[in-house]
Amino acid sequence: MQLREIVRILDAEVLTGKDKLDMHVEAGCGCDLISDLLAFTKEKMLILTGLISPQIIRAAEMADSAAIVFVRGKRPTRDIIDMGEELGLPILCTSYPLYECAGLLFTAGLPGWRHWPRIVNGVQNVP
Amino acid sequence: MYLEYRVDGGDFQASGQAAAGIKRTLRQIGIDAEVARRAAIVTYEAEMNIAIHAYLGTISIEILPERIIIQADDEGPGIADIPAAMQVGYSTATEDIREMGFGAGLGLPNMRRYSDEFEIESQVGVGTSVRAVIILPAKEGN
Ligand SMILES: Nc1ncnc2c1ncn2[C@@H]1O[C@H](COP(=O)(O)OP(=O)(O)O)[C@@H](O)[C@H]1O
Ligand SMILES: [Mg+2]
Repeated sequence: MQLREIVRILDAEVLTGKDKLDMHVEAGCGCDLISDLLAFTKEKMLILTGLISPQIIRAAEMADSAAIVFVRGKRPTRDIIDMGEELGLPILCTSYPLYECAGLLFTAGLPGWRHWPRIVNGVQNVP
Repeated sequence: MYLEYRVDGGDFQASGQAAAGIKRTLRQIGIDAEVARRAAIVTYEAEMNIAIHAYLGTISIEILPERIIIQADDEGPGIADIPAAMQVGYSTATEDIREMGFGAGLGLPNMRRYSDEFEIESQVGVGTSVRAVIILPAKEGN
């Protein structure tokens, strides 16, 4: 799904990465803990989070995430936006809560991790 | 190639910088994206464990033609029960730390999962050492 489509569905504000709306996103994941992001996402995934922290951007950089969505109307601080800008990582902001974001995107065809079977390092996503 | 970074306990602002620096270097020298991603995740978790649980440490990475070796050594409280610490969900992180998004108890399991070889040694009251090896995919034509 194109990032542009995600912005439309979530009625999101684009804080960084306005030039990347054509980007293709493979799947999505909701994570409020940093290690969850690192454990349960693959590259090019959309990260939905309520955790406002520079460390979520750092983790997204490590995991090659596609973009970050801050949910429930939470606004990231300037240092977080600056990090996203520097990394070329799109950051979106929406007033929808996490559960509704996930439901809207899933219904529109953006899969989650378990619905995107791949084997990495001998570990298959689907249990 | 050998890189080494110092990591301070309790420094949540700078923490993650060793992992970020290492990941950028790996990509610059043309290491496969999936390998760089795995190495970055292992390094990041090791770095955060020093920042959260220890006092002071170093993270180093050695890049050899066929493997990457990540080594994290710290001075800290050590781990009394390593098999327990290796369990998914086991964490001694405080509520404050959890509010910052850490303390899922997945760091050590993530490190083991994303590496090909993983070793951890610890002495209570002295410190902890973690060594992770990632095998590089064979280059075509070799
Ligand atoms: N470098 C370290 N020094 C001391 N204790 C550690 C270290 N790394 C891990 N631990 C202990 O092992 C537990 C599990 O570690 P980990 O799986 O990374 O989870 P988390 O960091 O989220 O608590 C920690 O809660 C801590 O008690
Ligand atoms: Mg940890």
